[in-house]
Amino acid sequence: MDQPATPNSFRTGPDEQGMFGIFGGRFVAETLMPLILDLERHWNEVKNDPDFKAELTNLSTHYAGRPSKLYFAEGLTKHLGGAKVYFKREDLNHTGSHKINNCLGQILLAKRMGKKRIIAETGAGQHGVAAATVAARFGFPCVVYMGATDVARQSPNVFRMKLLGAEVRPVTAGHGTLKDAMNEALRDWVTNVEDTYYLIGTAAGPHPYPELVRDFQSVIGIEARAQILEQEGRLPDTIIAAVGGGSNAIGLFHPFLDDKDVRIIGIEAGGRGLDGIEHCASMNAGAPGVLHGNRTYLLQNADGQILDGHSISAGLDYPGVGPEHSWLRDSGRVEYVPILDDEALEAFKLTTRVEGIIPALESAHAIAHAVKIVPAMDKDQIVIVNLSGRGDKDVHTVASMLGMEI
Amino acid sequence: MVTRIDRRMAKLKAEGRPALVTYFMSGDPDYDTALSIMKALPKAGADIIEMGMPFSDPMADGPAIQAAGLRALKGGQTLVKTLQMAADFRAGDNETPIVLMGYYNPIYIYGVDRFLKDAIASGIDGLIVVDLPPEMDEELCIPALKAGINFIRLATPTTDDKRLPKVLQNTSGFVYYVSMTGITGSALADTGKVAAAVKRIKGHTDLPVCVGFGVKTAEQARIIGANADGVVVGTAIVNAVANVLGPKGEKTADPAEAVATLVSGLSQGVRSARLAAAE
Repeated sequence: MDQPATPNSFRTGPDEQGMFGIFGGRFVAETLMPLILDLERHWNEVKNDPDFKAELTNLSTHYAGRPSKLYFAEGLTKHLGGAKVYFKREDLNHTGSHKINNCLGQILLAKRMGKKRIIAETGAGQHGVAAATVAARFGFPCVVYMGATDVARQSPNVFRMKLLGAEVRPVTAGHGTLKDAMNEALRDWVTNVEDTYYLIGTAAGPHPYPELVRDFQSVIGIEARAQILEQEGRLPDTIIAAVGGGSNAIGLFHPFLDDKDVRIIGIEAGGRGLDGIEHCASMNAGAPGVLHGNRTYLLQNADGQILDGHSISAGLDYPGVGPEHSWLRDSGRVEYVPILDDEALEAFKLTTRVEGIIPALESAHAIAHAVKIVPAMDKDQIVIVNLSGRGDKDVHTVASMLGMEI
Repeated sequence: MVTRIDRRMAKLKAEGRPALVTYFMSGDPDYDTALSIMKALPKAGADIIEMGMPFSDPMADGPAIQAAGLRALKGGQTLVKTLQMAADFRAGDNETPIVLMGYYNPIYIYGVDRFLKDAIASGIDGLIVVDLPPEMDEELCIPALKAGINFIRLATPTTDDKRLPKVLQNTSGFVYYVSMTGITGSALADTGKVAAAVKRIKGHTDLPVCVGFGVKTAEQARIIGANADGVVVGTAIVNAVANVLGPKGEKTADPAEAVATLVSGLSQGVRSARLAAAE
């Protein structure tokens, strides 16, 4: 196969059609097309609007608690005995994960567009909580679609969403996970086109969502880059983030893409191993296809039917990935490697013990890869891991994996 | 290039009545039963057949068609078998137009060039691919037109006058007006609004305009058919199949007969549409 030529910059996408190479695009029903074009018009207006930026920065600072800290994980560094490990502490944000970054940006956009109602899909419930939070803050009614399996395994987040005034609609189709929730959210949107804003939680879906979600999440990488320069006087050697749909990862990666000496690694959910179908490693074990408005790597069979996949982490349990990651994979700029359920669980326990930080199971996948590579690195090297969220929501899942009852 | 769709539409225009366009899910609940349903459609009065290509994630479809697609996939249906079914049907009927309807991914994975070649060989006349708007015409629409297959586009209430020309540009065969925003199988839209929308679209194109989404009964078919060039019925047919399947998917009556009974009634509806309108 032809490899795409190495571009001068990896940060120029998408093109006017919303494509990152062959990935991305606008594969949606005609009913939604005018809405997506309208969203794109508004997005193009606000993205360079100083007033919009000022309003978002103000909320990010005083409501969400940004900038998030770049924390030297001394305990983990000592334990591993190699490179210095830093955590980008997105777990300290309001609502407990990076998802608030995107939700604040999009709720301001929805407000500008004069929309009256918010819908969202959620896997782990982190995005659902963040969406319900901003909906409460700005006075929008909010409906969150969540797979029935996820409703069961993320009950603390379901309760939080309800407290925040959102209606949580469990989706029983398929395996009852993120993919099915997204189908149902799209069905709601196609029905309620007049007044509804679809607040997508990850850097996927039809153009312009992958771009706008990335831009709202890029605050992670912009801060991390400035913080490491301030704290260490140089750029990191390696940055690592977990990839489900890939919004925390693209947020960390994007500002570093043209720093060619920085090694960038995205972690996919390896589940119970890549031999069978019990994983969500679409870029390691899938093929390009079209789903949910974009072309990207997907887990699918020979007939083009989408597979359900599996991950211990509800937030990574998605058979696709944001289109920009697919492009970064094929262009060779970013490496994508799988981490198994068991490895993530070990990293979860280790981080809790040596750092006093309970990471989200999603983030534990990224930490697990650091655990693998850091010991072989020099002590003066630097690794930044995106600690995308806190793990309070996962204690029930972890307890049952460990055979405990709480 | 004149296709079976063009010929059929011209013939019905001469007869002064709208077309009855019937959707069924290929492979639901199994290959042989679905083929028997397909064969029953023209005999019961269907003028054009829309053949659903099952997909695991039908984002624009309601519960009935979602369930039908899953039954078909569970029964082992694939795109290869759907094309085979069309060819089996064609062996006994070289006149009734067949339109494949579904989502892009199975076609993309099959390979666009190979798909078009095999579709023509199987006697397919048109395509409706829900998730390929005009912005993505290079993917399949343009290659299909070059290969001589009609690419039928959906126009919706959100398609305003500014956007209509773009939607109609590479459309051929007919225009499928989706009479409401929403998923398949929802309630029927206000018929007055539908008539106005059909008139609006006809101001932009000479193509026949067929109307779908929400038509379930002969009476509704008659009312919609008074102003449209065709009436599309899908969910009601899929439900007729589901209604004769037991809890484990076993047949409690002949699905083809159940569909034929429904379609005969609908057929009388469209055949009386213009008479009623003239009254």
